[in-house]
Amino acid sequence: MIITISKHAGTFAENKDIARDIRVQDIEPSLLLGETVTLDFMNVTGATQSFVHALISEPIRKYGDDIFDKLFFKNCSPTVQEIVNIVADYMEAS
Amino acid sequence: MLHTGILLSMNIYLSNSDYLAYFGSFLEKIDLTDPDRLDITTHDTWISVHPAILTFVAALGCNVSKENVTIDEVSARSGHYLERMGLFQMLGLPSQFTIAEHEASGRFIPLTVIKTAEEQTKFITDMVPLLHLSPEHADAIKYTIGELVRNVLEHSESKNGAIVAAQYYQKSNMIRLGICDTGIGVKDAISQSWKVGNDIEALKLALVPGITGTTRREGGTDANAGAGLFFIKSMAAMGRDYFMIYSGKGVYRLLKRRPSKKLPPLFADPQKDKHAETNDAAFFQGTLVAVDISLDNTQQFSALLSVIRSTYTQAVKERRKAIYKRPKFI
Repeated sequence: MIITISKHAGTFAENKDIARDIRVQDIEPSLLLGETVTLDFMNVTGATQSFVHALISEPIRKYGDDIFDKLFFKNCSPTVQEIVNIVADYMEAS
Repeated sequence: MLHTGILLSMNIYLSNSDYLAYFGSFLEKIDLTDPDRLDITTHDTWISVHPAILTFVAALGCNVSKENVTIDEVSARSGHYLERMGLFQMLGLPSQFTIAEHEASGRFIPLTVIKTAEEQTKFITDMVPLLHLSPEHADAIKYTIGELVRNVLEHSESKNGAIVAAQYYQKSNMIRLGICDTGIGVKDAISQSWKVGNDIEALKLALVPGITGTTRREGGTDANAGAGLFFIKSMAAMGRDYFMIYSGKGVYRLLKRRPSKKLPPLFADPQKDKHAETNDAAFFQGTLVAVDISLDNTQQFSALLSVIRSTYTQAVKERRKAIYKRPKFI
């Protein structure tokens, strides 16, 4: 499954209600079925940590770092990459 | 309210230098004794106030009947700034100034109330052209407002939402912004999961990465990590700018650092930052956050995040290590 973030959250991803909806409706069901999920951040210039946390923290907690064999990040700006790495780091350290 | 013959009220004085550098002086002059009445006086010749102070005044006015709000006759030449920022309108007072339509396109965001996530998204989208931000600066400002407003909507329980204002200052090439609410305050919010003795303890705990009022679990809940305030304070620290948070009787103010070629140190523990604090301010039922963001900072936003990431992760690891028992070699 490929999820185009900008379609849901616009060019700056900050609404964590939307992030939660993407996770609950799309990411988690796909992961449960063993499918891979690609989050495509094309045209997203930035994102808040809250948004990315609401999007991926629960799958990281559930699957550990194995999640990164199933969950991929595409077309991320340097800012979005950093935010994803921050959330991944503190969730793995927790 | 008449009390021992003295008319009590909330008194605010807007001076010619109400910036974060002098916030202590602003605090000394305010009186928040009676939440049912608000009287505002102003400097005779010049008014110069941080947008955060305007959000604070507007927030105080939210819970006061309009007939109990007064502002003196503003004689300062810069008094029209209060009109441009929407203070009279927010307080339900007749304006003392007439602003020509063409004057409204300065680089500022007037006092704005945000009550929902959708309003927040619209505000963030609309604000970039208002502040004439370049793409490299826009993300940092959007990030700051996004996280701070969301904090209010999610944790403050404020009926009045988040009150936001911002202004670009050409001379210092800086955006100053403020966000204020009339909610439960940081101490009550953080006390839902942590034991804190007073307001300043609560403020400092809320600034520690990974600490949220919603849970004590490391990594937070699926919705909250307890990172927002730490990020904003860290961005100000890296830019050597001011950051201030005021709630209850507590005020924590990150102080400006001297310019240097070296990156300033970043601390997970706000006590280690160069700061001023008090737990003896006039009691404010709500939370005010003020940030200065220098646009001279040449660091890319992603580079700032990289440094924040390292400090954050280290703090979480150390806290994890501290809660595990270690082998005892006897």
